[in-house]
Amino acid sequence: MSTTTIEGRTVHVDQEGFLTEPAEWDEDLARSLSGLLGIELGERHWTILHFLRDDHASTGETPTLRRVSTSLQIPTKELFQLFPTKPAKKMAYVAGLPKPRGCV
Amino acid sequence: MRQLLVLGAGTAGTVIANRMQRQLDPHQWQVTVVDRDDEHHYQPGYLFVPFAMMTPHDVVRSRHAQLNDGIRFVTGEVDVVDHANDVVVLVDGTRLDYDQLVIASGTTPRPDQTPGTTGSLWRDKVHEFYTLEGAIALRDALEHFTHGRLVVHVTEMPIKCPVAPLEFTLLAEAMFRGRGQRDRVEIVYATPLPGAFTKPVASERLGHLLEDRKILVETDYMVESIDNERQCLVSYDEREIPFDLLVTVPLNMGADFVARSGLGDELNYVPVDRETLLATGHDRIFAVGDANDIPTSKAGSVAHYSSDVFVENFLDHVEGRPLTHRFDGHANCFIESGDGKALLIDFNYDTEPLPGKFPVPYLGPMTLLEETRANHAGKTAFSWVYWNLLLPGRLPMPTDMSMAGKHVPDLHDPTEPGTTFPEKEQLS
Repeated sequence: MSTTTIEGRTVHVDQEGFLTEPAEWDEDLARSLSGLLGIELGERHWTILHFLRDDHASTGETPTLRRVSTSLQIPTKELFQLFPTKPAKKMAYVAGLPKPRGCV
Repeated sequence: MRQLLVLGAGTAGTVIANRMQRQLDPHQWQVTVVDRDDEHHYQPGYLFVPFAMMTPHDVVRSRHAQLNDGIRFVTGEVDVVDHANDVVVLVDGTRLDYDQLVIASGTTPRPDQTPGTTGSLWRDKVHEFYTLEGAIALRDALEHFTHGRLVVHVTEMPIKCPVAPLEFTLLAEAMFRGRGQRDRVEIVYATPLPGAFTKPVASERLGHLLEDRKILVETDYMVESIDNERQCLVSYDEREIPFDLLVTVPLNMGADFVARSGLGDELNYVPVDRETLLATGHDRIFAVGDANDIPTSKAGSVAHYSSDVFVENFLDHVEGRPLTHRFDGHANCFIESGDGKALLIDFNYDTEPLPGKFPVPYLGPMTLLEETRANHAGKTAFSWVYWNLLLPGRLPMPTDMSMAGKHVPDLHDPTEPGTTFPEKEQLS
């Protein structure tokens, strides 16, 4: 298992930099991670991040964009504004969760 | 008489009804299957219809003819599952009581969920091949398509048979090459995923398939709408992909009655325990095949492999014993790659597709993760296997995935851990 240091904190990450130990996440770390993406976290971001954390804790899976959009009643377009270009990946990254999975 | 009620007579519902009917005491249990019509479609055949490699006639048989004698078949549309009272109500008012309910209502393409899909170009320049009607319309369109840009597009995961869009793309490329038109047809594959293949070993071994054949891949592409006037796909991040012929895989969703009954997630899939397929929070409802939310492929092979676990568990469950059999997410799929060849992949919840031999370790005759003629022969023969062994529930294959004869290649990745995502993807 690889580790990296983010603003003085050592965390476990995969090859791309996604946290592999969700328990190592806290809000300070989220601020650091979002900083690396050039995103400043506002109220809407936090609503989404807390939903991602709670949903992952109960289902064991990183929720999809559709699940976030439907559950929080936030239009997909807004998710693209809050986490530009690759919202599913970026939301998972900042929330300290594995990136959403594919098949082959 | 106790009632086992199965909603849906597709692959999963048929296999499970047939196997349970043989296992349960006919003096104690009545097995009933409900579906809206009596047409069972061999869905893997949809891929071949557009290329005239199968006819519509090859794809359709009667549903009730696939069910064992002794199983009651009811034709009707499900209105709602009243799970508080253990009864299913059909749209015509018929009430069907159950002791145990199996939801096997699958997943269907919903072109209406993406604005512009069913607009003026629908079934003219905008096509799909996940229905028989769509596959036939696409066959006619491909016949007349001689030059221009073909875009194959996946709306959102999960979709039924997730490799089918890639197979379609490879078959189309081979077809245009065979017709001597390849130089005049540009082919683009647009996917919401980060690549055409996303699992490391498959990606390294198969990534070249598209590159070698000069198929352009547009990744992380989340479609917002289809612009019929300007003939292009428009994504949420405002990337436009113009097309002369579009083959889209619409959003897939589970049955609407699942949502009406309060049993579904945001895509109408029934949340279940991924190892036993018992619906979360319910003691008398299982959801099998594509209708549930397990994190593996929506494919007939999953329906088949999970039915072994289901049968064993069901017998324990109705006697009040704990469920001891665990489904490992095992699936395998053929991937048609054109030119009379195919690939084969075998995987489960925890193990990505790896190279090796199948179904007999070390011997094959089929080869995993490689293009061979034997794999194509396997896929072609599968239609017979489907109707004669799989649906009757008599296909002798081990349930759990085997690691025997597989090897994990040493992927050389020189990147520093934890560096690629923020560095490479960082926004300007």
